[in-house]
Amino acid sequence: MDDGGGARRLRGDAVTLAHGAGGRAMRDLIDEIFLKAFGETRVSGLEDQARLALDAFGGGTLAFTTDSFVIDPIFFPGGDIGKLAVCGTVNDLVVGGAKPVALTCSVIIEEGLAFADLHRIAESMATAAAEAGCRIVTGDTKVVPRGAADRIFVNTAGIGAIPADRSLAARHIRPGDALIVNTTLGEHGAAVMAARGDLGLTSALQSDCRPLGELVEALLEAAPDTRAIRDATRGGVATVLNEFAAASGTCCRIAEDKLPLREEVRGISEILGLDPLYIACEGLFVAAVPQAQTEAALAALRKRSGGEAACQIGEVVATPQGRAVMTSFFGGDRLVDMLEGEQLPRIC
Amino acid sequence: MKYADEFRDPVLARKVLNRIERTLGRIPMPEGRPLHIMEVCGGHTHSIFRYGLQKLVPDSIEFVHGPGCPVCVLPMGRVDDCVTLAEQPQVIFTTFGDAMRVPGSKGSLIEAKARGADVRMVYSPLDALELARRHPEREVVFFALGFETTMPSTALTLLQAAEEGVENFSMICQHITIIPTLKALLSDPQCLIDGFIGPGHVSMVIGNRGYGFIPDDYGKPFVVAGFEPLDLLQSLWMVLEQMAEGRASVENQYARVVPEDGNTAALRAMAEVYEDRESCDWRGLGAIDRSGVRIRAAYADFDAERKFGLVPADVADPAICQCGEVVRGQLKPHMCRAFGKECTPATPLGALMVSSEGACAAYHQYGATDLVGTRDG
Repeated sequence: MDDGGGARRLRGDAVTLAHGAGGRAMRDLIDEIFLKAFGETRVSGLEDQARLALDAFGGGTLAFTTDSFVIDPIFFPGGDIGKLAVCGTVNDLVVGGAKPVALTCSVIIEEGLAFADLHRIAESMATAAAEAGCRIVTGDTKVVPRGAADRIFVNTAGIGAIPADRSLAARHIRPGDALIVNTTLGEHGAAVMAARGDLGLTSALQSDCRPLGELVEALLEAAPDTRAIRDATRGGVATVLNEFAAASGTCCRIAEDKLPLREEVRGISEILGLDPLYIACEGLFVAAVPQAQTEAALAALRKRSGGEAACQIGEVVATPQGRAVMTSFFGGDRLVDMLEGEQLPRIC
Repeated sequence: MKYADEFRDPVLARKVLNRIERTLGRIPMPEGRPLHIMEVCGGHTHSIFRYGLQKLVPDSIEFVHGPGCPVCVLPMGRVDDCVTLAEQPQVIFTTFGDAMRVPGSKGSLIEAKARGADVRMVYSPLDALELARRHPEREVVFFALGFETTMPSTALTLLQAAEEGVENFSMICQHITIIPTLKALLSDPQCLIDGFIGPGHVSMVIGNRGYGFIPDDYGKPFVVAGFEPLDLLQSLWMVLEQMAEGRASVENQYARVVPEDGNTAALRAMAEVYEDRESCDWRGLGAIDRSGVRIRAAYADFDAERKFGLVPADVADPAICQCGEVVRGQLKPHMCRAFGKECTPATPLGALMVSSEGACAAYHQYGATDLVGTRDG
């Protein structure tokens, strides 16, 4: 595609409603920002649809997922809304054992968003997609009046191919399995809260936002009988444990003193009265692995970036069915329930 | 985490638990029931559930969860007052987080926000004052909720607003005081509380002298406690020791934070800004004389009730609710007829089901009853 016009074709320095009107300005925005970042591809060729050869899926199962991303601030330590939008969807594919093939990118932009910001977001999407081994092949752009959106909302959908010999599912989980995580809990949520700046906290925390494909592949190679993997996003690790327990009719029992937590995350949680088990992650998965393959799984993960802190946090037991339970480091048990709405800081 | 982990040492906890068992052997037990030890403060309730302490202590001790969670005793009418103010178009209504979900008769503040009210969660009243400075065209109202714990910060914020002449800032005052409430609890002839774990944060402000009537008039031990699990276990042991020795007095386990006379600078600011209300409504407990404060006339400009001519709503608790009996320690949360049925964390009827400090929410969250370690359910 011809990008010879360069940035000159985008007038001004911010998005206006004209860039969403379907005319030349919109064409320019797509060309100058998105296609430049994502690369023009033969698969898209700017038809109304992306076209993918069916043999890209190798006869296995097609995995298909979508997610929308809204976050304040849109740039945060360790990432931005673009990286988040790619990693979030890619991770929903890879934890099912899929190899990501293609992504879509739809954005709703509030008028006034600086081109520079949009450019940065698009670049970061392209980088994350390349790291995840897939391409962004089609998309859409809408511009809404000031106040009708908060700077930018991003939706991505992704398709991937699950090899025929894989069947990861929470219903396969059974008593005796080990519950493992690849990294420390709650870093995305804690980093974003600190970055909002309204707490007056400064921290070196970075969001853990990253594509998990390589780690999942390493896990499946070392522990081929892994039952299920799920990435912990909103609702944190606690939510995944509840989903595992409910789907398999088992109990996920974890030990508080085994939970990997950075001191900063512990500190922020303590100050705000939040529970790190419920804080969002963007580069963490929980996996249920047969006990016999656990050591191999952890060893394989620890050799890779994003897996250095991999550890076992608990095990699957028979009862109480459908529940997640934590033994506090004090020896007492408590139920780890699903969160009801948003986690709100306690008053005192 | 320094200054916290030291008070969470499981080995030391085991030692304290052994002591508790030994002391318990020297106490004459009440007939047909365990010893009832009330932890007054919601923060303590939270720690007891978080660390599973009820399950760790001997069966003959039962924690009774007291009224010291300001969100839990917030009456529905007061939530309605907040919603009324929040729905005024010029108002930015600011509040601590967990007050947002408490149901009033017109729904909660979160629901008002969804309908379009500008309701914002803040972490400190100073954040609300900062919003007022940044938005001179709007009226910023802060929901000043809490026991003596939060009173100094709201009083000082109001004084700062007065000094700077910030005219678009006001507070709706729902500050309540713990001592009249403890009196009301103890004067109830049905009161079956054998000893108290006293509130640490409140006492950091008001000191320990005001609790003297509890041992003197009612013969109950009262130990002011910190919030870490070892604090709670040690305080429990101190309460039991008093019982074993056949005495009752006010003791201070939390001396690293709580001075005997409280914080005089804080008390000065509170006295400058607030005066007693003749009576204050409590969710589940009804009206209790002189159990709350209001903003003095000298600071009327910062009193949202006066500024907006608010007529306080008077709303009865839903008939099915047994919050009162739970707050008095006469009923375990899961024994309430609405628990887990009409009243759940997703559809709370009573505030006890809202805050993570609320006994009902804690029962619901931390324990299908088999996990909470209740022995009477």
